[in-house]
Amino acid sequence: MTPLNRKKERLDGLAASTAAPAAGQAGGVDVMDPVDPVGEAGAVRDAEGVSLLASAWRRLRRNPMFIIGAVLVALFILVAVFAPLLAPHAPDDRPLIGQISASTNPIPKAQDGFPLGGDEKGRDLLSRLIYGSRQTLIVGVLATLGGLAGGVTLGTLAGAFGGWVDSVVMRVVDVLLSLPSILLAITIASLASQPSQWTVIVAIAIVQVPVFARLLRGSMLAQRSSDHVLAARSLGVKRSAIVFRHMLPNSLGPVFVQSTLALSVSIIEAAALSFLGLGNPDDSKAEWGQMLGAAQNLFDLYPHIAFWPAACIVVVSLGFTLMGESMREALDPKSRR
Amino acid sequence: MTATTTRTSRDARTSREPLLQVRDLSVTFRRSGEEPFHAVSGVSFDVQPGQTVGLVGESGCGKSVTSLAIMGLLPKRGNTVTGEAVFEGTDLLKLSPKQMRDRRGRDVAMIFQDPLSSLNPVVPIGRQVTEVMERHQGLSRKEAEPKARELLDKVGIPDPSRRLKEYPHQLSGGMRQRALIAMALACAPRLLIADEPTTALDVTIQAQILTLLKDLVQDSDTALIMITHDLGVVAGLCDEVNVLYGGRIVERADRHDLFARPRHPYTHGLLASIPRLDSARGERLNPVPGSVADNLPWDHACAFAPRCSNAVEACRTTQPELERIEGGVETPRLLRCHNPISEEA
Amino acid sequence: MSTAATETTPQDDVAVPDDVLVDVRGLKVHFPIKRGVFFDRTVGHVYAVDGMDMQIKRGETYGLVGESGCGKSTFGRALLRLEEPTEGTVLFDGVDVASLKGETLRRKRQDMQMVFQDPLSSLDPRQTVESLLLEGMQAHGLAKDGKAATARLRELLSAVGLPPAALRKYPHEFSGGQRQRIGIARALSVNPQLIVADEPVSALDVSVQAQVVNLLEELQEEFSLTYLVVAHDLAVVRHISDRVGVMYLGALVEEADADDLYAMPLHPYTRALMSAVPVPDPTTEDRRERIILAGDLPSPANPPTGCRFHTRCPWKQEERCDTERPQLRTIELEGVPGTHRVACHFAEQIQRGEIQPHEVDVSFVEQVDAQPDDATPVTVEPGAP
Repeated sequence: MTPLNRKKERLDGLAASTAAPAAGQAGGVDVMDPVDPVGEAGAVRDAEGVSLLASAWRRLRRNPMFIIGAVLVALFILVAVFAPLLAPHAPDDRPLIGQISASTNPIPKAQDGFPLGGDEKGRDLLSRLIYGSRQTLIVGVLATLGGLAGGVTLGTLAGAFGGWVDSVVMRVVDVLLSLPSILLAITIASLASQPSQWTVIVAIAIVQVPVFARLLRGSMLAQRSSDHVLAARSLGVKRSAIVFRHMLPNSLGPVFVQSTLALSVSIIEAAALSFLGLGNPDDSKAEWGQMLGAAQNLFDLYPHIAFWPAACIVVVSLGFTLMGESMREALDPKSRR
Repeated sequence: MTATTTRTSRDARTSREPLLQVRDLSVTFRRSGEEPFHAVSGVSFDVQPGQTVGLVGESGCGKSVTSLAIMGLLPKRGNTVTGEAVFEGTDLLKLSPKQMRDRRGRDVAMIFQDPLSSLNPVVPIGRQVTEVMERHQGLSRKEAEPKARELLDKVGIPDPSRRLKEYPHQLSGGMRQRALIAMALACAPRLLIADEPTTALDVTIQAQILTLLKDLVQDSDTALIMITHDLGVVAGLCDEVNVLYGGRIVERADRHDLFARPRHPYTHGLLASIPRLDSARGERLNPVPGSVADNLPWDHACAFAPRCSNAVEACRTTQPELERIEGGVETPRLLRCHNPISEEA
Repeated sequence: MSTAATETTPQDDVAVPDDVLVDVRGLKVHFPIKRGVFFDRTVGHVYAVDGMDMQIKRGETYGLVGESGCGKSTFGRALLRLEEPTEGTVLFDGVDVASLKGETLRRKRQDMQMVFQDPLSSLDPRQTVESLLLEGMQAHGLAKDGKAATARLRELLSAVGLPPAALRKYPHEFSGGQRQRIGIARALSVNPQLIVADEPVSALDVSVQAQVVNLLEELQEEFSLTYLVVAHDLAVVRHISDRVGVMYLGALVEEADADDLYAMPLHPYTRALMSAVPVPDPTTEDRRERIILAGDLPSPANPPTGCRFHTRCPWKQEERCDTERPQLRTIELEGVPGTHRVACHFAEQIQRGEIQPHEVDVSFVEQVDAQPDDATPVTVEPGAP
């Protein structure tokens, strides 16, 4: 007899025993009617599925840390977008130039129409702060996107291929990581013949690359040995599909979280580079780091001209950090219910 | 080769005061923005000296939470614990964290499921055992060391002098669990709580550990609360068995009564659904349908009703009480069910 | 039933009987243990699978039992070419899977599927059930017609007892048992002949395990499947299997029809294993004689010489046991059928009571970093996707 037939016979015989699964059990109570139990597999609610992202978003919405961060970031973006409407003056207008005298009054005081006073060139400080948000946003976002693009490419290469590709990519990344990031940025910025806003962006983007690459490669490798990737392999799914449908999407969570944190780092580093004079030499477009740098000569007598741009930088990067940290918490599989 | 003889010191225990009285223990988890979750509600049981009490149930039934609450190991934030756990006249739940720390390890000790994560990875085994004795018995390190060696030997760790100096990662899973048991026994506690102590181990190692626990309880009159999902483990080890479902005790009985005549449909269903090594092969299993996700809230129903083959209308409208029923020679039988399995079944 | 030779070496070109679907000869999977900062140096090997011979017949369920670290999971994966075999052949329907490459191997995967232990981690959390089930069908060109594919999806779900509403949901929205059903449906989606189920119920709640066991049995009949069930739970294996193999440190120590094995275990290890399983019956438990094995499983990186079990065997003899590695063989005993094979030099004498068990000196087992079976450690080369 073949095993299949034997099994069939066995199962047929058993069918009888399942037909009356609870025979004789309800013996005691016959006043009450039995109630239908759930199907064997248990109930499945007839509703649209909720993806991981959706449930993470639900948790995020309730997190006060995230809300504070998001409000700060939203304010920052709104100010940047509507700068021309909000600012009372153009950033390169010099309405207070007449009040400046190099020896007695280098910085115009706060007065009607100029709530924060002016800067050393007679420009309205408030307007420059408002316009400065634009430059800061552009630099921060572009630098982070650049770093993200480079990091994701390298990380995917290393994580998807493994072996010697992984070794080569990671050694390059290690070298980049071993240099202090600000030093690397200074080197790159000073290599450019003419420092400009773009050198700052490129410099910071390159500094971000190894961070993203390492992070992504780490989670890709974890994915690679995970059961669901093994399951896809055993199904005969093509390698490229495994990388792009399973490994990459499941690895990007921490990378995106990192990118919000990286945004705040970019803003601070951009400010630092501008402060050191490696940014855009043309100060007609206001930029917070540059303003901070320009303020250093007069800092002891007029601390407020340094305080305001510094406060803006701190508050905005705090906003991004709060958002990033709470996103990381929400995406953490351990906190999932 | 060890032949198993199990009778714990039963004759001695019936007349004595209970060592631990748990009364109406409830634990509620509260998380911001979510409905409070009643992990354990109204759990009461006694543990006599030298007795082994089993808490059995599946994941999420509240068995581990019960033990953590008794030990004062639940995080304070977001959790509410009510009820009493009277240990030799003192309500453990009312002790300050410091008083509880003094008790833990000295009077009541606990063994966890995962020995690797319960041991400190950067401290040698011996040091971890002596530490407990130094803290609770005021011994010096020198005095504690020979005792630690003795303990390791007692729990069956070969070459104890050498093992004292080794780190947890150098031991196998079974040896780690033995080391953990040695730590728990360091101050000769009167109550030992074992939370799934063999779940992470292989069957042959599980047999070693269970034999060890059984002998320890017998030799030292230590009481043991055994928390497990494995009915086989319960059958060989526990005097009294509490079956938990959805955070409540649904059935309590002496192990012989429970396995011979389960009255709650859940207990009955569990026993009918597991394949047994000693039963005739080829019988189809009778699974319990659904999963704990299908539970009803206990407030105005029996949580098990949707999965129950015996459910009647009342099961979906009123909560059954835990009531004393007929039967049970030494341990009174308790049951929480509107329509129990008849005794002849 | 079977005319298969009892002892075979990979070089033998013995004709495989028609009813054999999988024929494994001398399979070895060794993982290099690597150390080093710049260049990885191989300092040793973990002998996860070390000389396995096995034949699985069409339509049968072969149960493979053993404790963690014995290599049973690695064997299951090597059978499906999810681990690279170091040596040996795996004939699947006459084709040597161990030597297939690239696209041919990918195509062949359609015939052999796997069901995993942890149903949550084996399902991609970001895909709906629908896309999880479609993926394999697309990979093998079974989903070209959209309508037919949809019908097939519903059919698959109903086969595993789930409603069509499940299609739009994500794995985390299901209970453990339901997830395992999805995992099984995914394995079925490509119409396989063989399913390797690696601990298919051990991650599930006790009350749910029986559901999955029953389901596997029903599906076997409905779809004419052949199973290799890898598990540590002897009761489950006995229930579901037609034939059972017991594995210890990388090789089979005993193999027999399920009923024969449980009625009369012949290898000392099988005896100990079976006596260690707790039975949910207090009366039996109180009466049982337990063979408590001393010590731990030796490290698969440094297996004992001779019989792998001799370090823990209560019946170990002075000679042969620690020098000569016993091969699977049929034994001359009354009531022991030819299908019952055991790898023990003294099986007959032990069974007849001529050799009595004795105390075993516990030698301590040093732990190595690499334990390849259940968790793939960093020191072991992960297979490329």
